[in-house]
Amino acid sequence: MKYVEEFRDPEKAQILLHEIDKLVSEIDIAKQRPIAIMEVCGGHTHSIFRYGLEGMLPKEIELVHGPGCPVCVLPMGRVDDCVAIAARPEVIFTTFGDAMRVPGSQKSLLQAKADGADVRMVYSPMDALALARKNPEREVVFFAIGFETTIPSTALTIQQAKAEGVKNFTVFSNHITIVPTIKAILDSPDLQLDGFLGPGHVSMVIGTQPYAFISRHYKKPLVVAGFEPLDVLHSIWMVLKQIREGRAEIENQYARIVPEEGNSPALAALSDVYELREFFEWRGLGSIDHSGVRIRAAYRDFDAEARFAMPNIKIADPKSCQCGEVLKGVIKPWQCKVFGTSCTPEAPLGALMVSSEGACAAYFQYGGIKRREAVS
Amino acid sequence: MNVMPVPRRRNIGRVFVPKVTLAHGGGGKAMKDLVDDVFVSAFDNAALSPLEDQARFSLADLASHGDRLAFTTDSFVVHPLFFPGGDIGKLAVCGTVNDLAVGGARPLYLSCAAIVEEGVEVDLLRRIAASMAEAARDAGIEIVTGDTKVVQRGACDQVFLTTTGIGVIRPELHLGADQARPGDLVLVNGLLGDHGAAILGARGDMALDSTIASDCAPLNGLIDALLAAAPGTRAIRDATRGGVATVLNEMAQASQVSIAIEERKTPLRAEVKAFCEILGLDPLYLANEGKIVAIVPPDEAEAALMSMRAHRYGADAGIIGEVRQGEPGRVSMHTVFGGTRIVDMLVGDQLPRIC
Repeated sequence: MKYVEEFRDPEKAQILLHEIDKLVSEIDIAKQRPIAIMEVCGGHTHSIFRYGLEGMLPKEIELVHGPGCPVCVLPMGRVDDCVAIAARPEVIFTTFGDAMRVPGSQKSLLQAKADGADVRMVYSPMDALALARKNPEREVVFFAIGFETTIPSTALTIQQAKAEGVKNFTVFSNHITIVPTIKAILDSPDLQLDGFLGPGHVSMVIGTQPYAFISRHYKKPLVVAGFEPLDVLHSIWMVLKQIREGRAEIENQYARIVPEEGNSPALAALSDVYELREFFEWRGLGSIDHSGVRIRAAYRDFDAEARFAMPNIKIADPKSCQCGEVLKGVIKPWQCKVFGTSCTPEAPLGALMVSSEGACAAYFQYGGIKRREAVS
Repeated sequence: MNVMPVPRRRNIGRVFVPKVTLAHGGGGKAMKDLVDDVFVSAFDNAALSPLEDQARFSLADLASHGDRLAFTTDSFVVHPLFFPGGDIGKLAVCGTVNDLAVGGARPLYLSCAAIVEEGVEVDLLRRIAASMAEAARDAGIEIVTGDTKVVQRGACDQVFLTTTGIGVIRPELHLGADQARPGDLVLVNGLLGDHGAAILGARGDMALDSTIASDCAPLNGLIDALLAAAPGTRAIRDATRGGVATVLNEMAQASQVSIAIEERKTPLRAEVKAFCEILGLDPLYLANEGKIVAIVPPDEAEAALMSMRAHRYGADAGIIGEVRQGEPGRVSMHTVFGGTRIVDMLVGDQLPRIC
């Protein structure tokens, strides 16, 4: 596969790993404690596990798997709202596949489907709109989740629905934004991070400017990173290089995809349809100011929150669940009290165990090798 | 084949309406006509055509093939019914034939039970039955008994099939997932994941134009050749639902060994690789309907590989890994990139990732 294989070249990996080793040996903090680098995006977490990158890196580097998996940070109350909408007989409830298994306080969408709700898996919001056109007598609701990567496609779909005058299509919007979340993590007192791998596909939309405060205010380096394994190693090398040289800057490793200024048509669609919420509830992290977006009044006809009454009850995370500490990198997944015991991929307590991008599920599915070495 | 001779033949009924109705499930003439028209005429053989309530075989004939009976059943509910490279009928025959053959059994006879939704075109059933007959010929087996039920619209999705098969195992064969030993090599008979990708593509909800065809095939011939070339073969499993990853986990667990595979050596079609890339799927978990995983002692591995590659269903066969002492039940993969990761069982279906 062109444009993919060249970023998986094992020989280049060895060269990079050698350079990374060299840099680590020149960084002083590595002599006291591991250098902690957070990959914000779940896509990176997936690559790291899929290619076994953790086991290839020197033990002085600790990768902290951040909050950038939209499925993982979905609070239970929102899943309950989904289940309530989906249970209405007139509704066809459409969702991305990996949101199907996220546990609500009573049940997941997969269980709701088994109980008779018409829940269908789609691959794009446009598929949901097409369903609405095909089923004019039904109400089609699209369960919109994701960061800036997926917001523009939802926004464009809503614009399209309005232009066509589609009456039976609404969006239950759970879109969230990454920057306030990184800020909340940086403000967390129990956290020690030395640098970030920035989310590649979010940045493709928003550009690199919104991260400027991280270097300016918090004095941490951030490198916007691609998702192939060489991209990830290269970005780690760039973060280490900044640390060694005492710099804290925003750099762009993924320049082949990410323009510094972002994607202006996507941003235009986003701000035409969406506005910031005062706050949004995150699983594990609690309420974060301005971290979610809602559909503007001009598009109210397409807002499921305006069309359907829903329970809208805030459900506290289970007490034993330590998703928040894992998300912030305070503990590793296997240090959670319920990891692998009362929280497993078969019966997930916390959302990090549900999605393949969730740190806990990733450790369950792909992990273990480095972990076992670390424990023994 | 070796079926007791039955002298009488009867007139074969015909269906003249285009669609199946509940009348075809009523037990009367309409049902007889449907069974005759669709199944009996397609499967035509000496054991089936008298249409007794059971097929009858001579024990002596069965015993001439070996010393143990193998007996298996499987239901098929695939959507869509027809897909590139196969259909529910071919799948139903190959699936059961393969389930027998991977145990070292020579598959002999199959039954076929069909549950049909009212309103289904009779022609569609004829096409499915013709495809079953062709697969049966390819596999060298006979479909000797069956049953047909018609259910109300909505009670099933067009057609569900259940096939049950019997075969006979030669005395010297003792294949088992618990037989793998450290040092054994892991073989597959070709490109992985074609069936899973073909079905996902054929469902059409991905809006991806794909040319991938299912690998659905009867593997008894290939397995015969493999066992002749490598009589010490420890275990064979067909890598259907859950893919190669699931089979390897089952074997590692049953034998209390670890299995290490090389990503570089897993045979994959470029289209399947790209398909998985786009959807965020892992080809190791995609279903196959014409692929086996075989565990073979090292001194017979080369002969096993050559025997597979010489067979029409094994041209792309390869040695993908080895059995090790290691942590019991652990399957790991050395990635193309040089790292190592665990290959665990999936909980449910693989779900495409959002971004």
